Amino acid sequence: MSVILNWDTWRQLLQGTLVTVELTLSLLAVGLVLGVLVALGQVYGPRPVVMLASVYERFFRAMPILVLLVVVNYGLVFVANTYQWDWLRWPPFAVAVLVFGLHSSAYQSQIFRGAISAIKPGQLLAARALGMTRLQTMRYIVLPQALRLAIPGWSNEYSGVLKDTSFVFSIGVTELFRHGWQIMQNTREVFLIFITVALIYLVLTYLGTWLLELLERLWGVPGLAGQRREEHGRVI
Amino acid sequence: MSSNIVVRVEDLHKRYGNEEVLKGVSFTVRQSEALAIIGPSGTGKSTLLRCINRLTEPDRGRIFLEDTEITSPHTDINKIRQQIGFVFQDFNLFAHLTALDNVRLGLIKVKGLSKQEATERAMHELARVGLAEKAHAYPAQLSGGQQQRVSIARALAMAPKLMLFDEPTSALDPELIGEVLQVMQHLAEEGMTMVVVTHEMGFARSVCDEVIFMEKGVIVEQGPPEQVFLHPQQPRTQQFLGKISELYGGAG
Repeated sequence: MSVILNWDTWRQLLQGTLVTVELTLSLLAVGLVLGVLVALGQVYGPRPVVMLASVYERFFRAMPILVLLVVVNYGLVFVANTYQWDWLRWPPFAVAVLVFGLHSSAYQSQIFRGAISAIKPGQLLAARALGMTRLQTMRYIVLPQALRLAIPGWSNEYSGVLKDTSFVFSIGVTELFRHGWQIMQNTREVFLIFITVALIYLVLTYLGTWLLELLERLWGVPGLAGQRREEHGRVI
Repeated sequence: MSSNIVVRVEDLHKRYGNEEVLKGVSFTVRQSEALAIIGPSGTGKSTLLRCINRLTEPDRGRIFLEDTEITSPHTDINKIRQQIGFVFQDFNLFAHLTALDNVRLGLIKVKGLSKQEATERAMHELARVGLAEKAHAYPAQLSGGQQQRVSIARALAMAPKLMLFDEPTSALDPELIGEVLQVMQHLAEEGMTMVVVTHEMGFARSVCDEVIFMEKGVIVEQGPPEQVFLHPQQPRTQQFLGKISELYGGAG
């Protein structure tokens, strides 16, 4: 029990939590940008772009994240050694952000594809009829609506990848799970440590999804997104 | 170039797959003229309208807005579209924006007006369609008739040379049609040049200066409303109008 009352234990766990949070936010950001681009390509792109985007999305959705992490990590080291390309010697954290970001972008692209497809095409015609370019139409009409509509699906993706980040121990990034593991090895307090670690994941999950729900409500628009269920009454 | 012609359409053709929707349509619209295009559904009326601002690309034929050839590949179509207001059957308001933002978005992002200038102009246009007090309502909070009036204000705010209406009242409940037609009537009286595809024969007859009856991709008959409605020259026009007045108890 004393291990849990120990300040040093908590310092390590909080350090690990910070790494987990940083990794999760960075990979979600990378996945968001790429995911939106892939989704736009899939919905509005010409045929070759649609096909390319679909191959990309299928590939990264099919790859187990652990395999991808190890292959990319050691692949980069191998190439760097073979050709003496020092710029390819990335810190493990950066490799993790890249691999998780690519993986997440494939999933996020499907969230955004659904959101973009839900926007009535007549609005795009109306925007073009005002003299807006394609790019302006994307920027001012499609994206603001798609981002709002995507929040519930995105919240799901957040809670998924948050827990997946524990896989990065395989390439030597020390995050929450890894810190817990180390403390466990020094103290042999298996349950106490991992129940604490689990509770931290639980708090992070709740906190994140709560913040996203809040965002959805504050940023919501009547008739589009962010309405509370009560406004429709109890249906089922 | 004769001075007061706003639109000239020459021999317009459009085909979707095997179906030829427009088979050589030509007409002109003069400044301050209100032209109604009537006819059965699926005869290319909406396609014709969409070709005028190239939301649909015509296959053949030429269209001029004053002296500029709209159909020329060298024309910057986004510049042309700023000068042509378009009102859709199902309004197509931007769902994430308030009425005010719907009207001022084009002014700010396309015309480059300052926010203050755009707001003043947008409020003026909303007042013109009788909806100043709904400026901060979202589309979902407005009735169909109100949404359509906002969409008219959105088009008017760009100060267009020409307004195109694509069956603007067809998606409305019967008791909401009047408020939209009234706004359009005021526009016509103020001298706005407009082309209206409509099934509202009463409106075509009392407000418009010229009527085109279209069927199967061609203009069957064209003339002032008294002529087309009271003394149609073509048997097909007579038949169509006869059916309509049977249906609406002589509204035609």
